[in-house]
Amino acid sequence: MAKYLAKRIFYLILTLFIVITVTFFLMKLLPGTPLTNQAKLSQSQIALIYKQYGLDKPEWQQYLLYLAGAVKGDFGTSFQFSDQPVSYLLSSRIGPSLQIGLQAMVVGVVLGILVGAIGAMRQNTWVDTTTTVVSILGISIPSFVLAVLLQYYLGLKAQLFPIAEWGGFIYTVLPTLALGATPLAESARFVRTEMVDVLSSDYIELAKAKGLSRMGVIYHHALRNSLIPLITIVGPLAVNIMTGSMVVENIFSIPGIGEQFVKSVLTNDYPTIMGLTIIYSFMLCVVLLFTDILYGIVDPRIRLTGKAN
Amino acid sequence: MDNENNILEVRNLQVNFKTYAGDVKAIRNVSFDLRKGETLAIVGESGSGKSVTTRTIMGLNASNADIASGSIMYKGQDLLKKSEKEMEGIRGQDIAEIFQDPMTSLDPTMKIGRQIAEPLMVHKGMKKDKAWAQALEMMKLVGITDAESRINDYPHQFSGGMRQRIVIAIALINYPEVLIADEPTTALDVTIQAQILNLMKELQDKISTSIIFITHDLGVVAGMADRVAVMYAGKIVEYGTVDEIFYNPKHPYTWGLLSSMPTLDSSGDELPSIPGTPPDLLDPPTGDAFAARNAYALKIDTEQEPPFFKVSDTHYAATWLLHPDAPKVTPPAQIVERQEKYAKMQQALARAQQTTGPVEEEEEQQ
Repeated sequence: MAKYLAKRIFYLILTLFIVITVTFFLMKLLPGTPLTNQAKLSQSQIALIYKQYGLDKPEWQQYLLYLAGAVKGDFGTSFQFSDQPVSYLLSSRIGPSLQIGLQAMVVGVVLGILVGAIGAMRQNTWVDTTTTVVSILGISIPSFVLAVLLQYYLGLKAQLFPIAEWGGFIYTVLPTLALGATPLAESARFVRTEMVDVLSSDYIELAKAKGLSRMGVIYHHALRNSLIPLITIVGPLAVNIMTGSMVVENIFSIPGIGEQFVKSVLTNDYPTIMGLTIIYSFMLCVVLLFTDILYGIVDPRIRLTGKAN
Repeated sequence: MDNENNILEVRNLQVNFKTYAGDVKAIRNVSFDLRKGETLAIVGESGSGKSVTTRTIMGLNASNADIASGSIMYKGQDLLKKSEKEMEGIRGQDIAEIFQDPMTSLDPTMKIGRQIAEPLMVHKGMKKDKAWAQALEMMKLVGITDAESRINDYPHQFSGGMRQRIVIAIALINYPEVLIADEPTTALDVTIQAQILNLMKELQDKISTSIIFITHDLGVVAGMADRVAVMYAGKIVEYGTVDEIFYNPKHPYTWGLLSSMPTLDSSGDELPSIPGTPPDLLDPPTGDAFAARNAYALKIDTEQEPPFFKVSDTHYAATWLLHPDAPKVTPPAQIVERQEKYAKMQQALARAQQTTGPVEEEEEQQ
């Protein structure tokens, strides 16, 4: 296990290096400059600012300098907010993003498993049809449309939740729902399909022949076996939530990194773009490692042995 | 109960499956008894209704099954009148089942100790520790070596034969009165088959259970069963003791089954088979369902269903050939040979009994 983890961490670092490299040069292809009101600045002023931030050097030099800094944990200083190091900027903003992302993931997947299981148990009845329709809607409605609808009906009309801003748990409800819809729908679809399959398998027949009750069969045998393929989509779902959060955080004015990412791209804030990219890739790698370990916990057939070579 | 030696009495069972095309009449008026401590083999080709019969006994039929008539008496109570809750109490406790394919009938994500202990926890409310201790004993009983360390293993860590031993352990953990074995050796290779059959025989003596043994393999029947019922197209067409069915079969379908079984002294290069396919049970033919494939069919076979004719106290067959007015036919050569062998055996037995009193019947090796 330790050997396996060491190997995975090595790959994680390699992945981050590649991501940094590709992003750095792609970012330089962005149109525009980091300077606002450029027209009002004289050539010498612009040159001075460029020199101050090291933008006058050739790109390959800038790249190497960035790498050297990143290794030491220095991700540069934001262009947008003067004198704010990127690391400080992000660490102060990652809290709300993580909270909403995790809430959406947990609520979505747990409810999805429930909805999927109920659909499978009542296969080909109106219950099944309803859950299927709900999951198709959940997949096809983009989170930003749902966000606006939630704001209008639950926030403005029903006055149940604040429409936007950040201030406490109550403020997280609507963004969580908006972001959680896709994981809910996707996992419901996966669990339903798999459980219909599992319920017709021989070991379920054997479990019934043992005298287990219907709920006993579902709880002890069907559920765990139905969850295996779900783990496969946890990674993609996490990506979905990360990208979704960029838009949803903007709609709800949440001071998270998603909102920050959009702003920094619009203003060519290079160090912040880089920092955010690294954070997103890092989170994704961790989620993927986590799902691989989770696989082994749920399915003993692919349990990781120490013999990984 | 008609007879107190019977543990299970199936009477006039009719099971239909509702489909879009109409009702599939899977079981058409089946009656049989299971005596205490015996092994009853139900033999027939695929689709003859063997498995549906056992599923109906277990109360595990698919949701589109409709039990049109009949009764299944177990200890004086009709299982068909039991609620789902009551059946849960009977399954795995009084009546247990061994399934066909050990590769798929164990839960891949559960430790086998837990899988074996589960019926104890469900029916006897046993705590985990105690149930696992009993599961361990049962693992030793079914011949799983190194049971102490293997109790925490998962099914994929066992071979097919070992998995079938585990399935048997699950079925027997509550010492059921009735054990249904639905083709328990079909998925195993021949050497393992023999081991599993021996194990079942041995355990039957130890825990005195009655077995319904479902198979399409007559070779397996010979060594296992006390009595045999032959099923065709949702009906029992002939039943009797294992000797009567093997050496003095009366129904042309049984002739066909026996002739298509390779034996040690069968020669020639072609294995005989029964021509044609079983009838469509969506619309079963009138008369004898086997008539269309039967070289010995009489005219009446296509018009009227044959009743059971008595051959001996224990042997009955549903074929018009046994009617006093029926023309005499000669069965296939192989069957005649069997009958001659049987007659000789009976004579020898009679002589031996005259001179030395009753002796144990010599078992013929198949």
